[in-house]
Amino acid sequence: MSERAANASMQAVALSKSFGGLRAVADVSLDVHTDEIHAVIGPNGAGKSTLINLLSGDLHVSGGSIHLDGRDVTRLRSERRARAGIGRSFQKTTIFAQSTVHENVRLAAQAHAKSPLRMFGGVRGDAAVNRAAHEALEQTGLMPRKATPANKLSHGEQRQLEIAMVLATTPRIILLDEPLAGMGLQEARRIVELIASLRKGHAVLLVEHDMDAVFELADRLTVMQDGRVIATGSPNEVRRDPAVRAAYLGTHGDAA
Amino acid sequence: MDLATFGVQLLNAIQYGMVLFLVASGLTLVFGILGVINLAHGTFYMLGAYLAYGIATSTGSFWLAMIGGVAIAFVVGLLLENVFIRRLYGRDHLAQVLLSFGLILVLDDIRQIVFGKDVHSVAAPQFLSGSIQLTDNMSYPVYRLAICVFCLFIAAAIFFVIQRTKIGMIVRAGAENREMTRALGIRFDQINRYVFAVGIALAALAGIVVSPISTVFPGMGDGMLILSFVVIVVGGIGSITGAALGALLIGLTDTFGKVFFPSVSSILIYVLMAAVLVWRPNGILGRREV
Amino acid sequence: MAFARTWLLPALLLLAAVALPFLVPTYYVQFASKVLIMGILAMALNLVVGFGGLVSMCHAAFFGLAGYVLAIATPKYDPASFWTSFPLAVGVSAFAALIIGALALRTRGVYFIMVTLAFGEMLFFLFHDTKLAGGSDGAFINYKPDVTIGGVTLLNLDKPLIFYLTVLAFTVATIALLTMLVRSPFGHALQAARDNERRARSLGFPIFRLRLTAFVISGAVAGVAGYLAAAQYGYVAPQMLGWHVSATVLVMVLIGGLRSVAGPLVGALVLLGLEEVLKSSTEYWKLIEGLVVIAIVLMLPDGMRHLLNAVFGPADDRSEEAAVGEAKHV
Repeated sequence: MSERAANASMQAVALSKSFGGLRAVADVSLDVHTDEIHAVIGPNGAGKSTLINLLSGDLHVSGGSIHLDGRDVTRLRSERRARAGIGRSFQKTTIFAQSTVHENVRLAAQAHAKSPLRMFGGVRGDAAVNRAAHEALEQTGLMPRKATPANKLSHGEQRQLEIAMVLATTPRIILLDEPLAGMGLQEARRIVELIASLRKGHAVLLVEHDMDAVFELADRLTVMQDGRVIATGSPNEVRRDPAVRAAYLGTHGDAA
Repeated sequence: MDLATFGVQLLNAIQYGMVLFLVASGLTLVFGILGVINLAHGTFYMLGAYLAYGIATSTGSFWLAMIGGVAIAFVVGLLLENVFIRRLYGRDHLAQVLLSFGLILVLDDIRQIVFGKDVHSVAAPQFLSGSIQLTDNMSYPVYRLAICVFCLFIAAAIFFVIQRTKIGMIVRAGAENREMTRALGIRFDQINRYVFAVGIALAALAGIVVSPISTVFPGMGDGMLILSFVVIVVGGIGSITGAALGALLIGLTDTFGKVFFPSVSSILIYVLMAAVLVWRPNGILGRREV
Repeated sequence: MAFARTWLLPALLLLAAVALPFLVPTYYVQFASKVLIMGILAMALNLVVGFGGLVSMCHAAFFGLAGYVLAIATPKYDPASFWTSFPLAVGVSAFAALIIGALALRTRGVYFIMVTLAFGEMLFFLFHDTKLAGGSDGAFINYKPDVTIGGVTLLNLDKPLIFYLTVLAFTVATIALLTMLVRSPFGHALQAARDNERRARSLGFPIFRLRLTAFVISGAVAGVAGYLAAAQYGYVAPQMLGWHVSATVLVMVLIGGLRSVAGPLVGALVLLGLEEVLKSSTEYWKLIEGLVVIAIVLMLPDGMRHLLNAVFGPADDRSEEAAVGEAKHV
């Protein structure tokens, strides 16, 4: 796994997205590399979710470009980008609710198998797929629940499952869209630890509202407001940035 | 083809398109607001025509046929919504398709019991019969012109109600976000009932309106249903203006197709649909892919 | 219990099916052939509807098209050769499914239904309005296809018994093929796309290609059914391609249960049996059938499984395999 992911990088250059007259994202540039967690924060309506959708290929860009290891992937649709090594979690849990935990993860691993659409032979035989699924379940701690139907999991466990599915695709870039949304304290703790463990071997872009989690996890921070980047840098640098304080952190009272 | 003939065919195309629009708008209304695909929509077009025949022959008045036909269709719509259609809200497409198919089977046989299998025609109202001289060498049936005017009037009325009245606003809000609107205390049962009834009344009205110029026969509903689908797919998904554009295009394609390529005319509109799907899968005026 | 469901029951059914023609009058053998043929069509459709989550309303067109190919390929005073007419018929149906699918799959949800219905009707008009093969009158197939090799007749399809057993063989082959597909990675991916298209796409599955492949296979198998149907009746008419037929097959799928491979076969038996009874009892059988369809939609959303569960109790707890793609069960 580590050889493949070594020195992977994703770059967004001057991205913009408009919906009719509404400018959701304007001139946003950022990058993320292997072994780092790059968090994107900002008030509601800042364009963070739109940004993730642009990076994953779920939305077409209106302007700018996206590069994966130097290769321009702007024109690639989401399924092609996924196969190129980008995995994402959704803000609203997006899993196969009727299937078991194991089947969910196995499907994810299958998508990146040598012949993902093989028409014969059943699904138990592929050793590589089974291994990837197994490792993902281990890393996310879901092994004991593997035979449970996904719709019987708790909200937190479902979020874990979604991350497990992303891991099973052996991605190089991981995009996380508000993974802690709607979580209780204990569940959130587990997810934060899980996200921290994702750093090694992957380039992680994290969009989040939970400030404590963000400052605990982020190696770098980008702050967005009204679709634009207003600051980017290390968490401490960003904390001290006056523009950011004025726009966002000022209301949280947690200075220095 | 000389100018006069072209003019006549053009007017035919427009008139045909207007009727298509009337039917398609009823379908879009039901589908867009109630989220239900109703395959029996075409059957109501057919029933409207047969009702017009029945009422006109027994009372001698086309106007009574029109008012009576629409009223009956409206009431039937209210009933059907109450008994069957409202159980389809939120259900998957297969259920909706099959239930409305079941309705077609039932309504077809009811029509057979009441009116038989025969083919009929209806007399247009006296003062709308005959032709009017439009230019030096072109005359055109008054009734067909009347249809155009009438359909335009109905279209404008629909537009006005949906866009400019309180009830229209509620209907639109419900279409966009049912939960929220319900949370605001607006009860949908009544509204849904009326929307469905209006939807099929529009189809019936179209059937009544064409009965003097087109034969009233059992299979006319099916044909109209398919055409409505093609209109919606071509014109634009989720757009009333799209339905109007689609109806016009289909009207033109079909009318001029019959003139220039009579042997393959029935297939031309599907070729048009295929072309639109290749170029713009969401229809010409449909939402572009985000 | 699992052994009984997976092996014993199907084996017994197969045995009964093979024994049938020796036990009942010829009329019922022909009826059984008809049921099996429509069962093949319904099972083919279910690949797309039940396992793919796409409500296709044009499968009758693939069915009828294959029948018409046989009609066109059969000379007036001679039988057609099975070895050429059969692959040709199935190939044409598959090709039609490829074109229609490629266009229709560019839309989703209700629009997919509308587009497939429209294209199905287009093919109906193609045969109804043109001189292609008898126009609205249809065409006769005066001789059943010839199954010979080097002058030796392998199967004499004129004999109802032989014809029935041939159809039975095709039915078993269809069940085997569809079961294999449903259990394969392809089948699992197809169902994943049905369950949550967004997630399947974001995992990297090529959704369009996946669904189009399923659609083409489904169309090809529908063509097999159409070929056999035309061979049985000796006659094809544009009505065979009409959307009412497509809708009727959908009813069979619903009755049989969308999650099972062989369920639609049961659905075909139930619906055709019902039609037999109704048609001989009343002139207004369509009305009754319509009411039955409505009742089924409203009261038995899971098809027969609902009824069976009510009578026999729910099935064993679902294994992993069963959760995603069940094999034959009744």
